[in-house]
Amino acid sequence: MSLHYTEDHEWIAIDGETGIIGISAYAAKALGDVVFVELPDIGTELDKGDEAAVVESVKAASEVYAPIGGEVTEVNGALEDEPAKVNEDPSGDGWFLKIKIADLGELEGLMNEEAYKKYCDGL
Amino acid sequence: MSELLKTALHAEHVALGAKMVEFAGYDMPVQYPLGVLKEHLHTREKAGLFDVSHMGQCFIIADDGKFETAAKALEKLVPASIQDLEPGQQRYSQFLNADGGILDDLMISRLGHPGTEHYLYLVVNAGCKADDFKHIEKHLPKGVKLSVKDDQMSLIALQGPRAKDVLGCFNPAVEELTFMTHTDVELSNIEGGPVWAHISRSGYTGEDGYEISARHEDMVRLWKELIKYEDVEAIGLGARDSLRLEAGLCLYGHDIDTSTSPIEAGLIWSIQKNRREGGKYLGAKRVEDEIKTKPSRKLVGILPEGRAPAREHTEIQDMDGKTIGEITSGGFGPTYGGPVAMGYVARKFAKAGTPVQLIVRGKARPAKVAKMPFAPHNYHRG
Repeated sequence: MSLHYTEDHEWIAIDGETGIIGISAYAAKALGDVVFVELPDIGTELDKGDEAAVVESVKAASEVYAPIGGEVTEVNGALEDEPAKVNEDPSGDGWFLKIKIADLGELEGLMNEEAYKKYCDGL
Repeated sequence: MSELLKTALHAEHVALGAKMVEFAGYDMPVQYPLGVLKEHLHTREKAGLFDVSHMGQCFIIADDGKFETAAKALEKLVPASIQDLEPGQQRYSQFLNADGGILDDLMISRLGHPGTEHYLYLVVNAGCKADDFKHIEKHLPKGVKLSVKDDQMSLIALQGPRAKDVLGCFNPAVEELTFMTHTDVELSNIEGGPVWAHISRSGYTGEDGYEISARHEDMVRLWKELIKYEDVEAIGLGARDSLRLEAGLCLYGHDIDTSTSPIEAGLIWSIQKNRREGGKYLGAKRVEDEIKTKPSRKLVGILPEGRAPAREHTEIQDMDGKTIGEITSGGFGPTYGGPVAMGYVARKFAKAGTPVQLIVRGKARPAKVAKMPFAPHNYHRG
Protein backbone atom coordinates (compact mmCIF):
# COMPACT_ATOMS: atom_id res chain seq x y z
CA MET A 1 0.00 0.00 0.00
CA SER A 2 1.26 3.46 -0.80
CA LEU A 3 0.22 6.48 1.22
CA HIS A 4 -0.32 9.97 -0.20
CA TYR A 5 -1.32 13.30 1.37
CA THR A 6 -3.01 16.49 0.14
CA GLU A 7 -2.29 20.06 1.20
CA ASP A 8 -5.76 20.03 2.80
CA HIS A 9 -4.56 17.23 5.12
CA GLU A 10 -6.46 14.28 3.67
CA TRP A 11 -4.61 10.99 3.22
CA ILE A 12 -5.30 8.27 0.72
CA ALA A 13 -3.90 4.75 0.99
CA ILE A 14 -3.76 2.85 -2.28
CA ASP A 15 -4.55 -0.87 -2.24
CA GLY A 16 -4.79 -2.04 -5.83
CA GLU A 17 -7.84 -0.36 -7.34
CA THR A 18 -9.13 0.76 -3.95
CA GLY A 19 -8.31 4.05 -2.23
CA ILE A 20 -8.94 4.44 1.50
CA ILE A 21 -9.40 8.07 2.54
CA GLY A 22 -9.06 9.78 5.92
CA ILE A 23 -7.69 12.93 7.53
CA SER A 24 -4.20 13.28 8.96
CA ALA A 25 -3.24 13.42 12.63
CA TYR A 26 -2.30 17.06 12.05
CA ALA A 27 -5.83 17.83 10.82
CA ALA A 28 -7.49 15.85 13.61
CA LYS A 29 -5.51 17.75 16.21
CA ALA A 30 -6.27 21.13 14.62
CA LEU A 31 -10.01 20.35 14.46
CA GLY A 32 -10.22 19.32 18.09
CA ASP A 33 -12.75 16.81 19.38
CA VAL A 34 -14.78 15.50 16.46
CA VAL A 35 -18.48 15.23 17.34
CA PHE A 36 -20.01 14.32 13.97
CA VAL A 37 -18.92 12.94 10.61
CA GLU A 38 -21.14 13.07 7.54
CA LEU A 39 -20.23 10.41 5.01
CA PRO A 40 -21.26 10.16 1.35
CA ASP A 41 -23.75 7.66 -0.02
CA ILE A 42 -22.25 4.50 -1.46
CA GLY A 43 -22.15 4.79 -5.23
CA THR A 44 -21.45 8.53 -5.22
CA GLU A 45 -19.10 9.49 -8.06
CA LEU A 46 -16.42 11.82 -6.75
CA ASP A 47 -14.09 13.91 -8.87
CA LYS A 48 -10.70 14.87 -7.51
CA GLY A 49 -11.29 17.84 -5.14
CA ASP A 50 -15.02 17.16 -4.62
CA GLU A 51 -16.44 17.38 -1.12
CA ALA A 52 -16.36 13.77 0.06
CA ALA A 53 -17.35 14.15 3.73
CA VAL A 54 -17.91 16.71 6.45
CA VAL A 55 -16.27 16.58 9.85
CA GLU A 56 -17.62 18.67 12.72
CA SER A 57 -16.03 19.73 16.00
CA VAL A 58 -17.92 21.44 18.85
CA LYS A 59 -17.25 24.73 17.20
CA ALA A 60 -17.28 24.32 13.41
CA ALA A 61 -17.85 22.15 10.35
CA SER A 62 -15.01 21.39 7.89
CA GLU A 63 -15.09 19.70 4.50
CA VAL A 64 -13.04 16.66 3.58
CA TYR A 65 -12.15 16.63 -0.14
CA ALA A 66 -11.51 13.65 -2.38
CA PRO A 67 -7.71 13.46 -2.97
CA ILE A 68 -8.44 11.73 -6.30
CA GLY A 69 -11.59 10.76 -8.17
CA GLY A 70 -13.55 7.51 -7.91
CA GLU A 71 -16.78 5.83 -6.91
CA VAL A 72 -17.58 5.46 -3.20
CA THR A 73 -17.65 1.72 -2.40
CA GLU A 74 -17.66 1.71 1.41
CA VAL A 75 -17.93 4.18 4.30
CA ASN A 76 -16.79 3.83 7.92
CA GLY A 77 -20.20 3.54 9.57
CA ALA A 78 -18.58 3.17 13.01
CA LEU A 79 -17.89 6.93 12.94
CA GLU A 80 -21.63 7.62 13.23
CA ASP A 81 -21.69 6.43 16.82
CA GLU A 82 -18.06 7.01 17.63
CA PRO A 83 -16.84 10.13 15.83
CA ALA A 84 -14.04 10.39 18.44
CA LYS A 85 -12.23 7.59 16.55
CA VAL A 86 -11.11 10.32 14.15
CA ASN A 87 -9.09 11.90 16.98
CA GLU A 88 -7.97 8.62 18.54
CA ASP A 89 -6.73 6.89 15.40
CA PRO A 90 -6.93 9.21 12.37
CA SER A 91 -4.81 7.00 10.14
CA GLY A 92 -6.41 3.71 11.24
CA ASP A 93 -9.89 3.14 12.77
CA GLY A 94 -10.73 6.75 11.99
CA TRP A 95 -10.79 6.25 8.20
CA PHE A 96 -13.72 7.85 6.35
CA LEU A 97 -14.41 6.11 3.04
CA LYS A 98 -13.17 3.80 0.31
CA ILE A 99 -13.33 4.53 -3.40
CA LYS A 100 -12.84 2.54 -6.57
CA ILE A 101 -10.10 4.58 -8.14
CA ALA A 102 -10.92 6.08 -11.53
CA ASP A 103 -7.41 7.14 -12.58
CA LEU A 104 -4.23 6.41 -10.62
CA GLY A 105 -2.57 9.20 -12.60
CA GLU A 106 -4.40 11.71 -10.38
CA LEU A 107 -2.03 10.77 -7.54
CA GLU A 108 0.56 12.90 -9.26
CA GLY A 109 1.23 16.02 -7.22
CA LEU A 110 0.17 14.51 -3.88
CA MET A 111 2.81 14.29 -1.17
CA ASN A 112 4.41 11.18 0.28
CA GLU A 113 4.73 10.84 4.05
CA GLU A 114 8.11 12.53 4.25
CA ALA A 115 7.09 15.47 2.06
CA TYR A 116 3.86 15.87 4.01
CA LYS A 117 5.74 15.94 7.32
CA LYS A 118 7.95 18.72 5.99
CA TYR A 119 4.86 20.54 4.72
CA CYS A 120 3.26 20.44 8.21
CA ASP A 121 6.48 21.54 9.89
CA GLY A 122 6.40 24.62 7.68
CA LEU A 123 2.83 25.58 8.67
CA MET B 1 -5.04 45.66 9.72
CA SER B 2 -4.39 47.51 12.95
CA GLU B 3 -2.69 45.70 15.78
CA LEU B 4 -4.93 43.59 18.01
CA LEU B 5 -5.62 44.73 21.54
CA LYS B 6 -4.41 42.58 24.41
CA THR B 7 -5.98 42.09 27.81
CA ALA B 8 -3.82 42.32 30.92
CA LEU B 9 -3.94 38.50 31.07
CA HIS B 10 -2.67 37.97 27.51
CA ALA B 11 0.73 36.66 28.61
CA GLU B 12 -0.98 34.17 30.96
CA HIS B 13 -2.98 32.70 28.07
CA VAL B 14 0.10 32.38 25.90
CA ALA B 15 2.02 30.76 28.78
CA LEU B 16 -0.80 28.21 29.21
CA GLY B 17 -0.50 27.28 25.53
CA ALA B 18 -3.77 28.84 24.38
CA LYS B 19 -4.71 29.06 20.73
CA MET B 20 -5.26 32.78 20.21
CA VAL B 21 -7.74 34.29 17.76
CA GLU B 22 -9.07 37.73 16.94
CA PHE B 23 -12.32 38.54 18.71
CA ALA B 24 -13.86 42.02 18.74
CA GLY B 25 -10.45 43.55 18.04
CA TYR B 26 -8.72 41.61 20.83
CA ASP B 27 -6.26 38.73 20.64
CA MET B 28 -8.19 36.22 22.77
CA PRO B 29 -7.84 32.53 23.76
CA VAL B 30 -10.34 30.41 21.80
CA GLN B 31 -9.13 27.23 23.49
CA TYR B 32 -6.35 25.90 25.68
CA PRO B 33 -4.57 22.56 25.22
CA LEU B 34 -7.46 20.79 27.01
CA GLY B 35 -9.71 21.54 23.99
CA VAL B 36 -13.25 22.92 23.68
CA LEU B 37 -15.09 19.71 24.57
CA LYS B 38 -13.17 18.96 27.78
CA GLU B 39 -13.09 22.64 28.78
CA HIS B 40 -16.88 22.69 28.50
CA LEU B 41 -17.34 19.55 30.59
CA HIS B 42 -14.78 20.67 33.15
CA THR B 43 -16.70 23.91 33.72
CA ARG B 44 -19.95 22.01 34.34
CA GLU B 45 -18.22 19.49 36.63
CA LYS B 46 -15.66 21.60 38.51
CA ALA B 47 -14.68 25.20 37.74
CA GLY B 48 -13.69 27.13 34.63
CA LEU B 49 -11.72 30.37 34.63
CA PHE B 50 -12.48 32.83 31.81
CA ASP B 51 -10.78 36.07 30.85
CA VAL B 52 -13.58 38.40 29.80
CA SER B 53 -11.59 41.62 30.12
CA HIS B 54 -12.42 42.50 26.52
CA MET B 55 -15.92 43.34 27.71
CA GLY B 56 -16.69 46.96 28.51
CA GLN B 57 -16.94 48.10 32.12
CA CYS B 58 -18.24 51.53 33.07
CA PHE B 59 -19.98 53.54 35.76
CA ILE B 60 -22.90 55.93 35.46
CA ILE B 61 -22.81 58.47 38.27
CA ALA B 62 -24.88 61.59 38.97
CA ASP B 63 -23.11 64.81 40.03
CA ASP B 64 -25.68 65.33 42.79
CA GLY B 65 -24.57 62.05 44.38
CA LYS B 66 -28.07 60.59 44.20
CA PHE B 67 -28.73 57.06 42.95
CA GLU B 68 -32.20 58.11 41.79
CA THR B 69 -30.78 60.68 39.36
CA ALA B 70 -28.47 58.16 37.65
CA ALA B 71 -31.13 55.42 37.70
CA LYS B 72 -33.74 57.67 36.06
CA ALA B 73 -31.25 58.58 33.34
CA LEU B 74 -30.41 54.91 32.58
CA GLU B 75 -34.10 53.94 32.61
CA LYS B 76 -34.50 56.09 29.48
CA LEU B 77 -32.21 53.65 27.64
CA VAL B 78 -33.16 50.19 28.93
CA PRO B 79 -36.46 48.35 29.48
CA ALA B 80 -35.44 47.06 32.93
CA SER B 81 -36.48 48.77 36.13
CA ILE B 82 -33.41 50.47 37.61
CA GLN B 83 -34.73 52.84 40.28
CA ASP B 84 -35.80 49.95 42.49
CA LEU B 85 -32.38 48.23 42.41
CA GLU B 86 -31.17 47.68 45.96
CA PRO B 87 -27.50 48.27 46.76
CA GLY B 88 -25.69 45.05 45.82
CA GLN B 89 -28.32 43.96 43.28
CA GLN B 90 -27.76 43.24 39.59
CA ARG B 91 -30.06 42.98 36.56
CA TYR B 92 -29.79 41.89 32.93
CA SER B 93 -31.15 44.28 30.29
CA GLN B 94 -30.69 45.61 26.75
CA PHE B 95 -29.99 48.90 25.04
CA LEU B 96 -32.60 49.48 22.32
CA ASN B 97 -32.66 51.78 19.33
CA ALA B 98 -35.65 54.03 18.62
CA ASP B 99 -37.30 51.19 16.64
CA GLY B 100 -37.04 48.73 19.54
CA GLY B 101 -34.18 46.73 17.99
CA ILE B 102 -31.45 45.52 20.34
CA LEU B 103 -28.19 47.53 20.25
CA ASP B 104 -26.54 45.38 22.94
CA ASP B 105 -27.36 43.35 26.02
CA LEU B 106 -25.73 44.14 29.34
CA MET B 107 -25.54 43.65 33.10
CA ILE B 108 -26.46 46.57 35.36
CA SER B 109 -25.51 46.70 39.05
CA ARG B 110 -26.04 49.16 41.83
CA LEU B 111 -22.90 49.14 43.93
CA GLY B 112 -23.36 48.24 47.58
CA HIS B 113 -20.17 49.44 49.24
CA PRO B 114 -20.76 52.40 51.60
CA GLY B 115 -20.11 55.65 49.77
CA THR B 116 -20.70 54.10 46.33
CA GLU B 117 -24.38 53.18 46.64
CA HIS B 118 -25.27 55.81 44.05
CA TYR B 119 -22.99 54.20 41.42
CA LEU B 120 -24.41 52.20 38.54
CA TYR B 121 -21.91 49.67 37.20
CA LEU B 122 -22.44 48.30 33.68
CA VAL B 123 -20.82 45.41 31.80
CA VAL B 124 -21.39 45.47 28.03
CA ASN B 125 -20.25 43.32 25.08
CA ALA B 126 -16.76 43.83 23.67
CA GLY B 127 -17.95 44.12 20.07
CA CYS B 128 -20.49 46.81 20.95
CA LYS B 129 -18.72 48.77 23.66
CA ALA B 130 -17.46 51.70 21.60
CA ASP B 131 -20.95 52.28 20.18
CA ASP B 132 -22.57 51.67 23.57
CA PHE B 133 -20.46 54.32 25.25
CA LYS B 134 -21.31 56.82 22.49
CA HIS B 135 -24.99 55.90 22.81
CA ILE B 136 -24.94 56.38 26.59
CA GLU B 137 -23.12 59.73 26.41
CA LYS B 138 -25.45 61.01 23.72
CA HIS B 139 -28.51 60.33 25.85
CA LEU B 140 -27.36 61.09 29.39
CA PRO B 141 -28.81 64.34 30.73
CA LYS B 142 -26.65 67.12 32.13
CA GLY B 143 -25.38 66.21 35.56
CA VAL B 144 -25.05 62.47 34.89
CA LYS B 145 -21.71 61.15 33.71
CA LEU B 146 -20.33 58.04 32.08
CA SER B 147 -16.98 56.82 33.36
CA VAL B 148 -15.34 54.07 31.29
CA LYS B 149 -13.04 51.78 33.27
CA ASP B 150 -11.55 49.50 30.58
CA ASP B 151 -8.15 51.17 30.82
CA GLN B 152 -7.91 50.25 34.52
CA MET B 153 -10.09 47.23 35.19
CA SER B 154 -9.91 43.60 34.09
CA LEU B 155 -12.82 41.17 34.30
CA ILE B 156 -12.73 37.42 34.78
CA ALA B 157 -15.39 34.77 35.40
CA LEU B 158 -15.03 31.71 37.61
CA GLN B 159 -17.88 29.34 36.75
CA GLY B 160 -18.97 25.92 37.86
CA PRO B 161 -19.96 23.95 40.97
CA ARG B 162 -16.49 24.31 42.58
CA ALA B 163 -16.29 28.08 42.04
CA LYS B 164 -17.74 28.84 45.48
CA ASP B 165 -15.23 26.74 47.40
CA VAL B 166 -12.28 28.04 45.40
CA LEU B 167 -13.12 31.75 45.64
CA GLY B 168 -14.16 31.26 49.26
CA CYS B 169 -10.51 30.50 50.06
CA PHE B 170 -9.71 34.15 49.34
CA ASN B 171 -12.64 35.61 51.26
CA PRO B 172 -15.48 33.48 52.69
CA ALA B 173 -17.88 36.44 52.30
CA VAL B 174 -18.33 35.55 48.61
CA GLU B 175 -20.01 32.27 49.60
CA GLU B 176 -22.91 34.27 51.10
CA LEU B 177 -23.80 35.99 47.83
CA THR B 178 -26.88 34.76 45.97
CA PHE B 179 -27.42 34.78 42.18
CA MET B 180 -27.40 38.29 40.70
CA THR B 181 -26.06 40.01 43.81
CA HIS B 182 -22.59 41.39 44.32
CA THR B 183 -20.16 42.83 46.80
CA ASP B 184 -16.86 44.68 47.02
CA VAL B 185 -14.32 42.84 49.13
CA GLU B 186 -10.65 42.33 49.76
CA LEU B 187 -9.31 38.96 48.61
CA SER B 188 -6.37 37.71 50.68
CA ASN B 189 -3.87 34.83 50.45
CA ILE B 190 -2.53 36.26 47.20
CA GLU B 191 1.15 36.60 46.42
CA GLY B 192 2.12 40.28 46.44
CA GLY B 193 -0.68 41.32 48.80
CA PRO B 194 -4.46 41.46 49.00
CA VAL B 195 -6.61 42.38 46.00
CA TRP B 196 -9.65 44.65 46.19
CA ALA B 197 -12.33 43.26 43.87
CA HIS B 198 -15.90 43.75 42.79
CA ILE B 199 -17.50 40.31 42.79
CA SER B 200 -20.93 39.33 41.50
CA ARG B 201 -22.54 35.91 41.72
CA SER B 202 -23.43 35.63 38.06
CA GLY B 203 -22.00 34.61 34.72
CA TYR B 204 -23.04 33.35 31.31
CA THR B 205 -22.63 29.59 31.45
CA GLY B 206 -25.78 28.53 33.32
CA GLU B 207 -23.59 27.42 36.24
CA ASP B 208 -23.17 28.86 39.70
CA GLY B 209 -20.16 31.13 39.77
CA TYR B 210 -18.73 34.60 39.89
CA GLU B 211 -17.62 37.50 37.77
CA ILE B 212 -14.72 39.37 39.29
CA SER B 213 -13.54 42.86 38.42
CA ALA B 214 -10.19 44.17 39.67
CA ARG B 215 -7.40 46.47 38.56
CA HIS B 216 -5.22 45.05 35.77
CA GLU B 217 -2.08 44.40 37.84
CA ASP B 218 -4.10 42.89 40.70
CA MET B 219 -6.02 40.66 38.30
CA VAL B 220 -2.84 39.10 36.95
CA ARG B 221 -1.87 38.12 40.51
CA LEU B 222 -5.38 36.80 41.26
CA TRP B 223 -5.47 34.76 38.01
CA LYS B 224 -2.13 33.16 38.89
CA GLU B 225 -3.52 32.07 42.28
CA LEU B 226 -6.83 30.77 40.89
CA ILE B 227 -5.21 28.71 38.13
CA LYS B 228 -3.11 26.86 40.74
CA TYR B 229 -6.22 25.06 42.02
CA GLU B 230 -6.60 21.55 40.70
CA ASP B 231 -10.33 22.09 40.19
CA VAL B 232 -9.73 25.18 38.04
CA GLU B 233 -8.96 25.10 34.32
CA ALA B 234 -8.63 28.09 31.99
CA ILE B 235 -11.49 28.09 29.49
CA GLY B 236 -11.48 29.73 26.05
CA LEU B 237 -14.10 31.46 23.95
CA GLY B 238 -15.00 28.19 22.18
CA ALA B 239 -16.35 26.53 25.31
CA ARG B 240 -17.78 29.83 26.53
CA ASP B 241 -19.98 29.73 23.43
CA SER B 242 -21.09 26.10 23.78
CA LEU B 243 -21.77 26.63 27.51
CA ARG B 244 -23.98 29.67 26.96
CA LEU B 245 -25.80 27.96 24.07
CA GLU B 246 -26.64 24.93 26.20
CA ALA B 247 -27.80 27.32 28.92
CA GLY B 248 -30.16 28.94 26.38
CA LEU B 249 -28.50 32.35 26.73
CA CYS B 250 -28.49 34.78 23.78
CA LEU B 251 -25.28 35.88 22.10
CA TYR B 252 -25.33 39.42 20.75
CA GLY B 253 -24.74 39.64 16.99
CA HIS B 254 -26.15 36.13 16.54
CA ASP B 255 -29.37 35.50 18.48
CA ILE B 256 -30.12 39.16 19.04
CA ASP B 257 -29.23 42.28 17.05
CA THR B 258 -30.81 45.52 15.82
CA SER B 259 -33.39 43.57 13.78
CA THR B 260 -34.71 41.64 16.81
CA SER B 261 -36.68 42.92 19.79
CA PRO B 262 -36.51 41.74 23.41
CA ILE B 263 -40.00 40.25 23.08
CA GLU B 264 -39.14 38.23 19.96
CA ALA B 265 -36.01 37.02 21.74
CA GLY B 266 -38.04 35.80 24.72
CA LEU B 267 -36.47 38.33 27.08
CA ILE B 268 -39.72 39.62 28.61
CA TRP B 269 -38.57 38.16 31.94
CA SER B 270 -35.92 40.91 31.98
CA ILE B 271 -38.60 43.65 31.80
CA GLN B 272 -40.12 44.18 35.24
CA LYS B 273 -43.93 44.52 35.41
CA ASN B 274 -43.91 48.27 36.15
CA ARG B 275 -41.94 48.84 32.91
CA ARG B 276 -44.21 46.94 30.51
CA GLU B 277 -46.35 49.97 29.61
CA GLY B 278 -46.13 53.74 29.58
CA GLY B 279 -43.46 54.24 26.89
CA LYS B 280 -40.77 55.13 29.38
CA TYR B 281 -37.63 54.25 27.38
CA LEU B 282 -36.13 54.45 23.90
CA GLY B 283 -37.69 51.79 21.67
CA ALA B 284 -40.58 51.14 24.06
CA LYS B 285 -43.27 51.37 21.37
CA ARG B 286 -42.28 48.16 19.56
CA VAL B 287 -41.77 46.31 22.84
CA GLU B 288 -45.18 47.32 24.19
CA ASP B 289 -46.95 46.62 20.89
CA GLU B 290 -45.40 43.15 20.79
CA ILE B 291 -46.35 42.46 24.41
CA LYS B 292 -49.98 43.22 23.47
CA THR B 293 -50.26 41.69 19.99
CA LYS B 294 -47.52 39.04 20.26
CA PRO B 295 -44.55 39.15 17.87
CA SER B 296 -44.74 37.46 14.45
CA ARG B 297 -41.71 35.29 15.25
CA LYS B 298 -40.02 33.96 18.36
CA LEU B 299 -36.60 32.74 19.39
CA VAL B 300 -36.90 29.07 20.33
CA GLY B 301 -34.70 26.12 21.21
CA ILE B 302 -34.24 23.55 18.44
CA LEU B 303 -33.12 19.96 18.92
CA PRO B 304 -31.96 18.28 15.70
CA GLU B 305 -32.66 14.55 15.59
CA GLY B 306 -29.57 12.44 14.97
CA ARG B 307 -26.08 13.75 15.53
CA ALA B 308 -25.59 16.36 12.79
CA PRO B 309 -25.22 19.87 14.25
CA ALA B 310 -27.17 22.67 12.53
CA ARG B 311 -25.05 25.81 12.45
CA GLU B 312 -25.92 29.51 12.36
CA HIS B 313 -27.96 30.54 9.24
CA THR B 314 -29.34 27.03 8.69
CA GLU B 315 -32.79 27.33 7.13
CA ILE B 316 -35.74 26.10 9.22
CA GLN B 317 -38.73 24.72 7.29
CA ASP B 318 -42.13 23.39 8.31
CA MET B 319 -42.96 19.79 7.43
CA ASP B 320 -44.34 20.96 4.07
CA GLY B 321 -41.01 22.49 3.07
CA LYS B 322 -41.99 26.12 3.60
CA THR B 323 -39.34 28.39 5.14
CA ILE B 324 -40.35 29.44 8.66
CA GLY B 325 -37.11 30.77 10.08
CA GLU B 326 -33.37 30.44 10.57
CA ILE B 327 -30.94 29.03 13.14
CA THR B 328 -29.04 31.82 14.93
CA SER B 329 -26.75 29.66 17.10
CA GLY B 330 -26.11 26.00 16.72
CA GLY B 331 -23.53 23.39 17.53
CA PHE B 332 -22.84 20.38 19.66
CA GLY B 333 -23.80 20.44 23.34
CA PRO B 334 -21.17 18.40 25.19
CA THR B 335 -23.23 18.15 28.38
CA TYR B 336 -26.49 17.54 26.51
CA GLY B 337 -24.63 14.95 24.45
CA GLY B 338 -25.93 15.93 21.04
CA PRO B 339 -26.58 18.81 18.69
CA VAL B 340 -28.42 21.84 20.11
CA ALA B 341 -29.50 25.09 18.49
CA MET B 342 -31.65 28.16 18.77
CA GLY B 343 -33.33 30.19 16.10
CA TYR B 344 -36.31 32.28 15.13
CA VAL B 345 -39.50 30.65 13.84
CA ALA B 346 -42.88 32.07 12.87
CA ARG B 347 -44.98 32.26 16.03
CA LYS B 348 -47.34 29.38 15.23
CA PHE B 349 -44.38 27.00 15.17
CA ALA B 350 -42.93 28.22 18.47
CA LYS B 351 -44.54 25.64 20.74
CA ALA B 352 -42.17 23.07 22.25
CA GLY B 353 -42.52 19.73 20.49
CA THR B 354 -43.42 21.18 17.08
CA PRO B 355 -41.70 19.14 14.36
CA VAL B 356 -39.62 21.14 11.87
CA GLN B 357 -36.95 20.39 9.26
CA LEU B 358 -33.47 21.85 9.06
CA ILE B 359 -31.75 22.20 5.72
CA VAL B 360 -28.18 21.06 6.41
CA ARG B 361 -25.93 20.91 3.31
CA GLY B 362 -28.97 20.69 1.06
CA LYS B 363 -30.63 17.82 2.94
CA ALA B 364 -33.77 18.22 5.04
CA ARG B 365 -33.17 16.81 8.50
CA PRO B 366 -35.85 16.32 11.16
CA ALA B 367 -35.77 18.44 14.33
CA LYS B 368 -38.10 19.60 17.08
CA VAL B 369 -38.77 22.92 18.74
CA ALA B 370 -37.66 22.46 22.34
CA LYS B 371 -37.66 24.17 25.69
CA MET B 372 -34.42 25.79 26.77
CA PRO B 373 -32.07 25.48 28.60
CA PHE B 374 -30.60 22.27 27.19
CA ALA B 375 -28.51 21.81 30.34
CA PRO B 376 -30.23 22.72 33.63
CA HIS B 377 -29.26 26.02 35.26
CA ASN B 378 -27.40 25.59 38.52
CA TYR B 379 -27.67 29.12 39.89
CA HIS B 380 -27.34 29.69 43.62
CA ARG B 381 -30.59 31.43 44.45
CA GLY B 382 -30.12 31.05 48.22
